[in-house]
Amino acid sequence: MNLFVFPRWANKTRQIAGVVLGVAPLYLIGLIWYGASPKTTDVGYMPEQPVPYSHALHAGQLGIDCRYCHNTVEDSSHAAVPPAQTCMNCHSKVWTTSPKLAPIRESYATGKAVEWIKVHDLPDYAYFNHSAHVTRGVGCVTCHGRVDQMEQVYQHEPLSMGWCLDCHREPEKNLRPPEEVTNMTWAPPGDPVAFGKAFRAKNHINPPTDCSTCHR
Amino acid sequence: MAISDVNPFEAPPAGDNMFARITDNVTRIAETATPPRAWYIAFGFAQLLLLMFLGSLGYVIWNGIGAWGNMMPVAWGFPIVNFVFWIGIGHAGTLISAVLFLFRQNWRTAINRFAEAMTIFAVVCAGIFPGMHIGRPWLPYYMFPIPNQMDMWPQFRSPLEWDVFAVSTYATVSILFWYMGMIPDFATFRDRATTTVRRVAYGIVAMGWRGSSRQWHVYERAYLILAALATPLVLSVHSVVSFDFATAQLPGWHTTIFPPYFVAGAIFGGFAMVVTLAVPARQFFGLKRIITIRHLELMNKVIMATGLIVGYAYGMEFFVAWYSGNKYEVFTFVNRAFGPYGWAYWTMISCNVLFPQLHWFPQVRRNPWATLIIGLIVNVGMWFERFVIICTSLSRDFLPSSWGYFVPTPVDLMTLGGSFGLFFTLFLLFCRYLPMVAMSEVKAFSPAGLAHGDH
Repeated sequence: MNLFVFPRWANKTRQIAGVVLGVAPLYLIGLIWYGASPKTTDVGYMPEQPVPYSHALHAGQLGIDCRYCHNTVEDSSHAAVPPAQTCMNCHSKVWTTSPKLAPIRESYATGKAVEWIKVHDLPDYAYFNHSAHVTRGVGCVTCHGRVDQMEQVYQHEPLSMGWCLDCHREPEKNLRPPEEVTNMTWAPPGDPVAFGKAFRAKNHINPPTDCSTCHR
Repeated sequence: MAISDVNPFEAPPAGDNMFARITDNVTRIAETATPPRAWYIAFGFAQLLLLMFLGSLGYVIWNGIGAWGNMMPVAWGFPIVNFVFWIGIGHAGTLISAVLFLFRQNWRTAINRFAEAMTIFAVVCAGIFPGMHIGRPWLPYYMFPIPNQMDMWPQFRSPLEWDVFAVSTYATVSILFWYMGMIPDFATFRDRATTTVRRVAYGIVAMGWRGSSRQWHVYERAYLILAALATPLVLSVHSVVSFDFATAQLPGWHTTIFPPYFVAGAIFGGFAMVVTLAVPARQFFGLKRIITIRHLELMNKVIMATGLIVGYAYGMEFFVAWYSGNKYEVFTFVNRAFGPYGWAYWTMISCNVLFPQLHWFPQVRRNPWATLIIGLIVNVGMWFERFVIICTSLSRDFLPSSWGYFVPTPVDLMTLGGSFGLFFTLFLLFCRYLPMVAMSEVKAFSPAGLAHGDH
């Protein structure tokens, strides 16, 4: 039997193993940290809708209030997607023959809902109440981004549990007077943190962070 | 090749000097083509138990941990009893390899290798129980502080979380210690190999060891550092395990005596397991010249000393319960000895306190079979100690309306019995394929190795 089991180049394995053992964990951590984060996997989700409805046109240029269509946000946990009747309030007068609006007219005629695709879709085990947030002064823009500039709606925030908790632990960063919730460009007067803290104290806004708040 | 009826390891080891005879005595166990029949019988039996273990764990995963008998108020039951039992077993290995090394107890060299192996296999068995008891064994990473999108962290104030760190540190250091100690012996196996497979396999794990004085110098340094790192673990791991109980508010658990009492108990039970394994191993693998009667006697003395500490702790618990004047404490301990679990309590007392007293007689502690039997009795007693602590305190807490009585289900018993299958399977494979005795260390303290004086 040979005295030496391995060829001379096997000495290199030590250096290679050292580099691999040093670099591989860093690479894996970086890969998972970036790649598996909802900021990477979920933000920017922009499905094609059955009707190319432009929020930039309606909410931005025309200045229609969010609540004209999503009229349940202040009273209900659910933010309603409007029925075709809401669209037809105007579109029975304008763009009445536009081929892009054909699904709306069809829905209006038949009563069958347009199959919009939900963009901001929380998991079924997470409970979220729109009215609780809107009436306490969390602006639409805080969670949905500048919808008034979106030709096609996409997810602007990660909507991860950590992202929810960021605000539940420090709500003062994202509070505004309830009458300003739909204002996309509102900025707090003076020092934002001081304003938020004072507003929070005045209105007793203490969002819970118990498991059962969201996982009921 | 037929399995021989005569034990191939009975013959005196070959070699014309002591070093060669030590090498031959240890390496022939791994180099023989067919191990003795006893090994096959033991291995087959261990495989059956292992099969039962896997079956019961599969059943528990499929049906949920309701398959076990844990039920309020005894929510911990067998899984935690078994966890503490197995993690305690491991402590003897660390004590032998680290503490006795620092105290220059050179007799440890004959037994340290397989005591360390026993430690690691016991930790493997121990880890499975809390891993299953979390209820969703596919989510164990929730126990580790991994940054995540949920902003969720383990509860750092919980001693159960401290357990995760204590046990994983312990497992890591023990494996490093065990593996590093084996490197020179792996090199011996490699150099004696007669087949390419053995040569390459042992060559890889020997990591290029050539026995140069520079390598020995680095090795001795590293060994000393690891021993120093492992020494606090002998005390810390079982102290942290005892915090699982001591930081709770329950009478019978909430006592400051727990950490030292648990550590002594762990060393007690661990040494009992070492002698339980050592007596058959030296018999079947022909290691009587290396693991001598003197080694068994010294280990029996450790068992006796730690057993007395444990007995003192049992007595002190009663004294403190009475002296505290706290009626819940008093009730708990009276209930422990004379309540519905009295049978378990008196089993524990006789196994852990009475039987080890036989070791006062030199004829007993120098007799291998008496050593084996008392070792087994102590193992039973230490298992019952954990059972008594967990079940008596939980089953009768402050409110009589919530009292209960824990009865294990057959699945509980199968999981407990099966864990021995995993333990013995690993141990028997270790005996067959790895250097069972630290040859290089034994040689250093053999008369021939000390020819130039003890320095």
